Amino acid sequence: MTHPTLSQSTGPAYTRLYSVGAARGDNAVPNDDLVGPIDSSDEWIQQRTGIITRARAGADVLAVDLATDAAREAIARSGVPADEIDLVIVATISNVQQTPSIAAVVADRVGANPAAAYDMNAACAGYAYAVAQADALIRAGAATYALVIGAEKLSDVVDPTDRTISFLLGDGAGAVVVGPSDEPAIAPTVWGSDGSKAGAVGMNHTLVEFRDGASEWPTLRQEGQTVFRWAVWDMAKVAKEALDAAGVTSDDLAAFIPHQANMRIIDEFAKQLKLPDTVVIGRDIATTGNTSAASIPLAMHRLLEEHPELSGGLALQIGFGAGLVFGAQVVVLP
Amino acid sequence: MAATREEVLGGLAELINDETGIATDTVELDKSFTDDLDIDSISMMTIVVNAEEKFDVKIPDEEVKNLKTVGDAVDFIVNAQA
Repeated sequence: MTHPTLSQSTGPAYTRLYSVGAARGDNAVPNDDLVGPIDSSDEWIQQRTGIITRARAGADVLAVDLATDAAREAIARSGVPADEIDLVIVATISNVQQTPSIAAVVADRVGANPAAAYDMNAACAGYAYAVAQADALIRAGAATYALVIGAEKLSDVVDPTDRTISFLLGDGAGAVVVGPSDEPAIAPTVWGSDGSKAGAVGMNHTLVEFRDGASEWPTLRQEGQTVFRWAVWDMAKVAKEALDAAGVTSDDLAAFIPHQANMRIIDEFAKQLKLPDTVVIGRDIATTGNTSAASIPLAMHRLLEEHPELSGGLALQIGFGAGLVFGAQVVVLP
Repeated sequence: MAATREEVLGGLAELINDETGIATDTVELDKSFTDDLDIDSISMMTIVVNAEEKFDVKIPDEEVKNLKTVGDAVDFIVNAQA
């Protein structure tokens, strides 16, 4: 059977990050506010995590609200009119309403209606996954300008008596605008998963168990030592693959922006990568906490606020978390 | 060739010193990693991974919690090498 030749889309050869925006929970929660139920101390938490305070949002603020604030800043700084954004991707694990998506609501709130919009779940690798998708979809001609957001209100899924992860977690959103570029500025993404370690970090119960009275409200848990080993030594290999895929070495980097899981992971990770002293390392976790999918763009935003000279330099960003999943790419900083 | 018990103890003491600054001569077989040497779980995992590399053995995550004392770790490594 014959048919007319179809049109198939193609896009620009290259993409880049145009801008970054950030929003954090308004409340700086100190360790002393959390130590009672876990029989701990400010010193214990600082020594094991590097966290001094974590940003948490009030009861009336949801992940969708943090996402909206971060998106508005990113759009304003990008120079791209909001109504020309035709793709919105939100990486999140903490939308308390399973549908509609955060992305569709944010697209409308920021003036990007009727952009294609969807949420995706790749936990703490979600932002790196979403950047990979935005890059690929723009270069395929499926979109022109993408708004990529990592947004979390993790304080809704913490257990005050949990000693494994709850005290690390914070609330925030980070957003970037991605669009066409004259030069390569988002290198290939090295990404993947290992579902055989699905039990290492994640929610401790299902919503059905909660509904049936068989469990408490589901909250996050982790096997700290397993996650630490994987996050440092396995992820160091992934980070090196991302550098190779980009055709650069660690000497070429201006910044290293890993997922803000734990300062000890960040320190050991940097040691394993043998980063030169000239590479500035994102350490937003100290006052923001671990914000899962939001942590890389939040750390990027802070780095660029504190070191504006990094703009235009290369950053290695790597996310890793529940799944297990991971994603890494080298980007030119906006 | 597999390292002797004494060699493993000496090598482990160096790894512990690198990670925590604890003097190598205080790392003795009957010392508990947590109670005597005050090594936290994250430092313990760093020592475990470095020991795997140094002694060319595998120490699975589920095994790490059974290594209460320096002697437990030395025995595990010596047996894993055999």
